Parts: sequence; structure tokens; C-alpha cells
Amino acid sequence: MTGPILLTLALASVTTLILMALSLPLAWWLATTRSRIKPVIEAVTALPLILPPTVLGFYLLLLMAPASPLGGFWLEVTGTTLAFSFTGLVVASVIYSLPFAVQPLQAAFERVGPDMMEAAASLRARPLDAFLTVALPLSARGALTAAVLSFAHTVGEFGVILMVGGNIEGRTRTISIAVWEHVESLEYAQAHALSAGLLVFAFVTLFAVYALGRGRKLHVR
Amino acid sequence: MSADLVLDLTHRRGDFTLSVEVSRPAMGVTGIFGPSGAGKTTLLRLIAGFDRPDRGRIVFDGEDWTGLPPSRRPVGTVFQAPRLFPHLSVRGNLDYAVKRAAAGGPGFADVVEALDLAPLLDRRTHTLSGGEAQRVALGRALMTAPRLLLLDEPLAALDAERKAAILPYLGSALKRFAIPALYVSHSIDEMVRLADRIMVLRDGRVAAFGPAAAVIEGLDPAPGEGFEAGVIVEAAVADRPNAYGLSRLDLAGQALTVPGLDGVSEGAVVRLRIRARDVAIATQRPEGLSIRNVIEVRLLERRDRGVHADLLLDAGGPHLRARITRESADALSLVEGQTVFALIKTVSLEGLV
Repeated sequence: MTGPILLTLALASVTTLILMALSLPLAWWLATTRSRIKPVIEAVTALPLILPPTVLGFYLLLLMAPASPLGGFWLEVTGTTLAFSFTGLVVASVIYSLPFAVQPLQAAFERVGPDMMEAAASLRARPLDAFLTVALPLSARGALTAAVLSFAHTVGEFGVILMVGGNIEGRTRTISIAVWEHVESLEYAQAHALSAGLLVFAFVTLFAVYALGRGRKLHVR
Repeated sequence: MSADLVLDLTHRRGDFTLSVEVSRPAMGVTGIFGPSGAGKTTLLRLIAGFDRPDRGRIVFDGEDWTGLPPSRRPVGTVFQAPRLFPHLSVRGNLDYAVKRAAAGGPGFADVVEALDLAPLLDRRTHTLSGGEAQRVALGRALMTAPRLLLLDEPLAALDAERKAAILPYLGSALKRFAIPALYVSHSIDEMVRLADRIMVLRDGRVAAFGPAAAVIEGLDPAPGEGFEAGVIVEAAVADRPNAYGLSRLDLAGQALTVPGLDGVSEGAVVRLRIRARDVAIATQRPEGLSIRNVIEVRLLERRDRGVHADLLLDAGGPHLRARITRESADALSLVEGQTVFALIKTVSLEGLV
């Protein structure tokens, strides 16, 4: 039973790290740009919120298949298929959880506002310096929320994983897949143990996010 | 410290166009004065680099700043709101500037002393009063070792009491560190206290630019300027306060009596502001009058506008302005060149020179 749990934790950790690295610049761009393509990017980023996981998983599967350019390229370079692999799951999870990382970050960056960034520039801070020393610390809570939600949402995904990863023990069988497997096999005791664990985890995570949201606010003047 | 500041800028936003072309040595404090919407803040934002002009250039001391991002311009900015970083303490905010400062500016200790920041250093920024926060913001700007200071209505958000408390700090810091400054304000009081020269902006254009006293004297007392026409004059203290607490000043050979000069030594020169509406006119030296300040003057210019007549008066060197009704002016048959007596109801003391 620990196999799926460890696999899920590994998947969620790697996905969260990659998502944060991608979302920081993307959310900053969305929060500060005046570009006309901003709504397009926002819509694409938010797609996973409303698309059925099966639809997303279906297209990702097509994309990762050895016959497709991406899948073929991957097979050529690494010698393994992207579909039905842990790496494939990471790619799928990053896309599927993207809005959960980008949206809290974007909102936090928008709250920082241009005034603070102008103040930083007036004190000789170059843009990257100002981002790291002013925008990021002032958005710390948004960044934490983004990381927690990305992690939790990845732990909780099912449809995309089933489509892209299948159900391969030790490689793609995460907790949610294992629960489904146990129920199919009428092993309700094992299904209960994993499900209850996930329920408690989900509650604790959301409680932490809301408790963070209620914490001491920084006074911007 | 003196360097040429060349501004040749055109910037259009909607219906509004800012068009400024000046080339002056930047030294002392240059007040930028004008009604709201005249382009004062826009001009400062262009110089700081936060906005890019549609056309033109900014050259300071031979260096072209036009294409430089704000972080590369050796400019210190104090905004209308303090904009202190809320995640840092007061000391953290100051250190932020020091770490990135160019060489050769005023040191941490000097600025802390000049602005009396020592008691605030370990405070969180949200516990500061508006005046304290603005003092920290000024200190932070000074610690970047700026070669030009931009002050965008730094006192506008403060009430009169806090304004009065911070003005002396501001004045002495500007003098002490001798960094050329552009000071935007629509308060003539602040201009009089701080500015050596004044640039008047109106509808995006420079309407006047010159020594503070001359510009203020020449200002049109047009309605809606948010301005009270008048003059700035300098007078020497002639003796110690009398038993009534009044001191006599020497204004080009004539006596002016003012209160509130205890502790100011004889011979010191003070700066006074006399509003046009506080000056009345008599054609003969009046007697039996409570007003003690009566100055013999020559009427240089009479300008009638609507119900009022604005008079420019020569007190043997210093000029005065008076605003009386046109009916009074006609009743006294005031004509240019005539000698009259200016009755000064109120003199406000603006500081030592």
C-alpha cells in the first residue's frame, strides 16, 4: 500500500517544483503586462479548470504517443515512451494543475502594484532585483497558497492520470488510481484506508490555505 | 553642486500635452508650481524614467538620461505617499537604498541625524505616522546618493500640523546635503519656505521660471489657481522685541513691526510674505488707525480685472502687491506713478534667510 503513496508524493513534489518555476514568471507577466494577448494566455492557462480530465488526458495521450512529433522525439532521445511513464505523468500534472499555481500568484502580484515597484526602481533596484526583493516577499502568502494548491491538486487528480499513465504498479499507480483498483476488486478495506487518508489530507491542506489567508496582513501605505 | 539640466520634452496623454523646454543649471531647490492637471507630476515621472516621453530628451550634467531605465538614473524620488516597503523595518528600508547606492552620497549616519530618524529605526513601517513615514522616505531617497532629488508633493497627504512638523526637517536637509532638487507642490507656503527658484506650469507649458520672489510677485492672481497673490520680501531685524513682543524690521529704510521674533538677533534677515488682499491703500498717511504697518510706496502698475484692481507698488526697492475693489481705486483716483500709502494688515513670517 505504501507504493502508491510514495509515488503520489513524488509526483506531487516534482510537479509543484516545476509549476512554481514556470508560474512565477508567467504570473508576473500576466500581472504586469499591457499586452493585448493577455486574455488569450489567461484563458489557455485556466482551461484545465473547466475541461473534463478525460478530454485533457485524451489530447495529452495523443501528444505523447510515439507516433506524434513530441512523443517520437522523446522516444528517440530517451529510448522510452512518454505515455505510460512517470515523466509523462509529471508533464500532464504540470498542465493540469497550472491554474492552481498561476492564479493565486497573479492575484498576489497584482496586489503589489506598480507603486512599490517604482519605489524599488527609484532606489536603484534593477527589475530582477526588485522582483526578488520586493514583489516576491510581498507575495509570499500567494506563493505559499500556489504551492500548497498545486501539490494538493496533483495528489487528487485521477482522470488525466488514468488516460496518460494507465495503471502500472510502481510507475503510474497513484493513490487515486489505487483506490479505484481496490474498489474494482471489491477490496473495500484497502480502499477505505487510502480514501480516508486522502480525505484527511485534503481537509488539512484546505484548512492550512484558509488559515494562511486569515493571517496578519502587511500594511501597504 | 551644480550641473546643467536640459529638458526638452513632449508627452501626450489623451487631450493633455506636456511640452517643456528648459536648460538651466540645476542647483538649490526649484519649485514646480501650478494648478492640478498642469503636468507637474508627469514632468517628474518623465525625469525619473517611470514614463517615457513621446519625443525629446533629458540631459543632466552632459549625460543623456533619455534612454536609461529608472534604476540607472542617479535620481532620488520622494512620492506623494511614502511607499515604504511594508515587509521591511525602517532600518531595512534605509538599508535597501544604502546597499544599492552610488558612491559619494551622504552617509547613513548623516541622514539619520539630519532627519532625526534614530528613534524610528527599529519600528515597523505601518506603525509610523504620516509625517514620520515621509521623513523615512526622504531619508531613503537621500541614501541612494542622488545627484538630483525629485519631490512630488511629499507633504500633500499630511494635515497642517504634521506638515508644519516636517517642513523644518525638509528645509534643513535640502540645505545640508546641497543636492539639487525639483519640488512639486501646489502650496505657495511650501514654495516660499523651500524654493530658491520657481517654475510655473500651466496646461503643460512653462508659464514662468525664475527666482522665487520674482515669480511669486509676477503671478497672476487669477481665480482657480489655488493661490493667494502676494509678494515675498526680505527685511533686516532692526532691534530687539519691545515690551509688547513686537520687533521692528527695516524694509528699505521704512519700519515694519512684526511679532514672533524672540531670540532672533539684530541684523538677521528674515523672509516675509505679504498677501495682496492684506494690503489696503490710503492716499494720505492715515492717523487714528489700528494698523501700525504703513509704508510709503509708489504705484507702479494698476490692472483692473472685473470687480478688483490689482496694484503693484514700489517700496523703494522691494515690491508689494495690493488687491482692492475697482470702485475704491476709482474713488481714490489711483493712477500709475502716484505716491500712496500701503496699509499692511498681516505679515507672515516665513523664516530666516
